[in-house]
Amino acid sequence: MQALQDFLATPVGHLVLTVAQALALLVPVLIAVAYMTWAERRIMAAMQLRKGPNVVGPFGMLQPFADALKMLMKETIVPTGASRYLFLAAPMLTFLLAMIAWSVIPVNDGWAIADINVGILYLFAVSSLGVYGVIIAGWASNSKYAFLGALRSAAQMVSYEVSMGFVIVCVLLCAGSLNLTEIVRAQTTVWYVIPLFPMAIIFFISTLAETNRAPFDLPEGESELVAGFFVEYSSMSFALFFLGEYANILLMCSLTTILFLGGWLPPMAIEPFTWVPGPLWFALKAGLLFFCFVWVRATFPRYRYDQLMRLGWKVFLPFSLVWLIITALTLKLMGWLPA
Amino acid sequence: MRLDRFARSFLLAELVSGLGLTLKYFFGKKATIMYPYEKLPLSPRFKGEHALRRYANGEERCIACKLCEAVCPAQAITIEAEPREDGSRRTTRYDIDMTKCIYCGMCEEACPVDAIVEGPNFEFATETREELMYDKDRLLANGDRWEAEIAKRLELDAPYR
Repeated sequence: MQALQDFLATPVGHLVLTVAQALALLVPVLIAVAYMTWAERRIMAAMQLRKGPNVVGPFGMLQPFADALKMLMKETIVPTGASRYLFLAAPMLTFLLAMIAWSVIPVNDGWAIADINVGILYLFAVSSLGVYGVIIAGWASNSKYAFLGALRSAAQMVSYEVSMGFVIVCVLLCAGSLNLTEIVRAQTTVWYVIPLFPMAIIFFISTLAETNRAPFDLPEGESELVAGFFVEYSSMSFALFFLGEYANILLMCSLTTILFLGGWLPPMAIEPFTWVPGPLWFALKAGLLFFCFVWVRATFPRYRYDQLMRLGWKVFLPFSLVWLIITALTLKLMGWLPA
Repeated sequence: MRLDRFARSFLLAELVSGLGLTLKYFFGKKATIMYPYEKLPLSPRFKGEHALRRYANGEERCIACKLCEAVCPAQAITIEAEPREDGSRRTTRYDIDMTKCIYCGMCEEACPVDAIVEGPNFEFATETREELMYDKDRLLANGDRWEAEIAKRLELDAPYR
């Protein structure tokens, strides 16, 4: 035991520990992503009175693996006019960014791999960088559809990050910390979804736009742009985009869980709820949010692009700004500001 | 009035009621038919794969009148005929190009002896194009295979003809 601790104190041991921690987080995340694609198809099917994939394995549970295998067997096609290296780098970048963001997510108290005290800023920075993957993919494909999709996606992600920023500032004012673990701990008495309810809704809708999900899926609007910025992608490079996209959705669900739904905390700190371990609460809440993502997708038609921009800049931005001022004033006047 | 509309759109009233509707359907009974394990019933008039029928004594019905060949709008049918040794007029060749056929059922309507019919079978996909060039043997074999069902279908549909 002592030898093990000595080994872990050395630089090599530290590296081994970090890699082990990263694997312990990323493997469940990737499996969750695989099952998100399955869950999405099943839920959408149910809402359209269909059954969805239910043949491969029990309840169709092996479907994602069959899909992955099929994807691997396909040929990687690089269009002649494409900028070869950027074309191949874009999906890797998207996937990488979707993965590194997970390092600060606390699935349970103290479980974050990197428990940095500017966790939320880090997350915000990484999710903003996600635009680059999309832009590079759109530009390197040398295709008009991909390019238009990338332009739309970039404009949309930047627009909604502004109001998301204000929503996050509201939460930060209440929690008094940028550390994600601290933010969750600050919600022990009450989850922020209750005092900051309209902000939680705005945040949820902004995450829909941020992850290019219906009804804001204009970057990949099938009816106009075929598939948007990843029209030209096939095989593994397409799979990486797909994984990155769903990992981002899961990340955004987790972020909403952390900011508004009390992370790993049970709804009430009383007997039957406290029996369930924290990570399970976390997964339940994130899963519920993902259900809402799919639910919204199955319900609403796609926004028109100018309406999307109007919603972002002329509705969400002023509203979240006003709500931020109200929050700040209330906290100041009532003397509730955290130390 | 404007305030009312403003409040509705601000509280996402329409959006929430839409979500409620999809949630209702989420728990609703599913309409999926698990083909090929489950199949829907077919109408007696269903126009599927063609078949040449025989009389109960095994004699083929077709008298080579070529009405089906003439009526076929896609010109999918090719017939050649000669007198047989016993003097009766029979086809020596009866081909249907199933890739041309539009399944309109005119051949069936035109046939004076109910020889060519479109049966209930629709699962005859093939791996090569050549397999869809049906000849007389294939059509007669179809007739032998599906005769029971074809006869039943003709009987059910007879009052409406």
